[in-house]
Amino acid sequence: MSAGTAKLNVTVAEVKPINDLVTRFKFVRTGGGDLPTFSGGAHTVVEMQDGDITRLNAYSLMSNPADRGAYTISVRRDDQGRGGSKFMHTRVIEGMEMVISNPVNLFSLDLRAKKHLMLAGGIGITPFMAQMHQLSMMDGHFELHYSVRTASLGTYAKELSERYPGKVHIYHDDQNEAIDLKTLLANQPLGTHVYVCGPKGMIEWVHGTAEAMGWPREAVHSEEFLAPASGKPFEVKCAVSNKIVQVGEHQSLLEALEAAGIDAPYLCRGGACGQCETNVIGYDGKFLHYDHWLTDEQKAGGKHIMPCVSRFEGKTLVLDR
Amino acid sequence: MSKTEFPPSIKSRPVYGELEPRAGSGHLMIADAEGAEAILGLAKSVDPGFWAKTHIIYIPKKTGTKYSSQLEQLGAGQYYCGPSYEAAQSRIRRALQNCHMGTQVYLTGTESLMGQAMHEAVTAGIPHTAIQTEHRGSTARRMQCVHCKGITEDVTTDPFECSHCGLSLFVRDHYSRRIAAFQGVRVDAEDPGNIPEKVELFK
Repeated sequence: MSAGTAKLNVTVAEVKPINDLVTRFKFVRTGGGDLPTFSGGAHTVVEMQDGDITRLNAYSLMSNPADRGAYTISVRRDDQGRGGSKFMHTRVIEGMEMVISNPVNLFSLDLRAKKHLMLAGGIGITPFMAQMHQLSMMDGHFELHYSVRTASLGTYAKELSERYPGKVHIYHDDQNEAIDLKTLLANQPLGTHVYVCGPKGMIEWVHGTAEAMGWPREAVHSEEFLAPASGKPFEVKCAVSNKIVQVGEHQSLLEALEAAGIDAPYLCRGGACGQCETNVIGYDGKFLHYDHWLTDEQKAGGKHIMPCVSRFEGKTLVLDR
Repeated sequence: MSKTEFPPSIKSRPVYGELEPRAGSGHLMIADAEGAEAILGLAKSVDPGFWAKTHIIYIPKKTGTKYSSQLEQLGAGQYYCGPSYEAAQSRIRRALQNCHMGTQVYLTGTESLMGQAMHEAVTAGIPHTAIQTEHRGSTARRMQCVHCKGITEDVTTDPFECSHCGLSLFVRDHYSRRIAAFQGVRVDAEDPGNIPEKVELFK
């Protein structure tokens, strides 16, 4: 189960297609009442009952954190994905009852910052939408640089440009516009924190460039949820629960543990938060570590695995679960 | 004077490292007295072009001209040598105001200088963990009297007399980053007049 996160029973109040790829969902508490407060950058884990399979996907909350009446998320359809986003797009309808987790924030604003520089790529815009709501309520100093493929796929780009005039800069890939990161980072006043959410390449680009330019590590923040990679099926022995679990080709190790009734902790389900870190008791084979949590030494050490995204290939794997 | 190894203490007591050149759009170095040695040491391992982007603010204190001409000869883009921290403070603030993210800050010399300059740099928006420090020279302390709040500089004995209210104060390792000073507490609070003999703990 997720550590410390109570579940919320919600009803889908609105399903609104935004463009060819993105649909927005609005949740209100089933039976009425306020939802818990959250802070900009928080996500919720949405449970999807897809036949026999329970899918759990994390989505950033994009609504105003001060509005406790509803949560909204935006989901980008990924036809090559494992089916979570497709389920949201094709099966979720207004009036449907769903279960979501309490909000968890792994991408919060550092409120000591004098300025917040936000860099978004594609659907990575969503956490910034809640953060900009939060900052504009407290008269915070921020600037958004948002890279989109085309104007028509620029989710909320127009709306944001209108809502925060002078603070939103849109870059269109199809017009060969790109964020001039070096110039941008070179000219920020002391006390600026930079936040990036988008594709993996963009996150690495920002971390690498900022580090080379002498930015303190503590002033560079990022969030990337990984979808669990598919891979060869494998078998895992769980020493504590004394069970042998089969992990399917398109199933994550965490999902397989849950399906076997093993109480495994989790929070982000995307390799970022560290909550699901599991001790390895023994193995004969090789690990496929995909997470952002373990250090390179830990990954090489063979004593830890993050079941939410990482896999294993080989003869035997024994876990402390 | 070589580096001082401070014994392990409570968590609030600052710890210092060794300066190393780091990549950055500019370099701000603030030093007093023997802190000059740390800068001269670092000078042995920097790339050409480093000093052009560097601003050195130096307060010689009792060392007079022992180091100042060597520092000046490093060829920093800006070099300032002044009589006291107080005299240099407005320059430090102005320098930080003009910095951009990516500027590296190096502090070296006495704890009083490093603490006060650290406070300015953190106030300007640099995370304290990103600021390099190296202790050199005197271990005399900048102390705050917890009773009258007055600051006494260059304390070398324990106990010492508060330069503001005159109480005899016990020197603690308890440190305030906000005021860049160790805390001094009345040593004879429970038994007025019973003041232990002064011991010279810091040089």
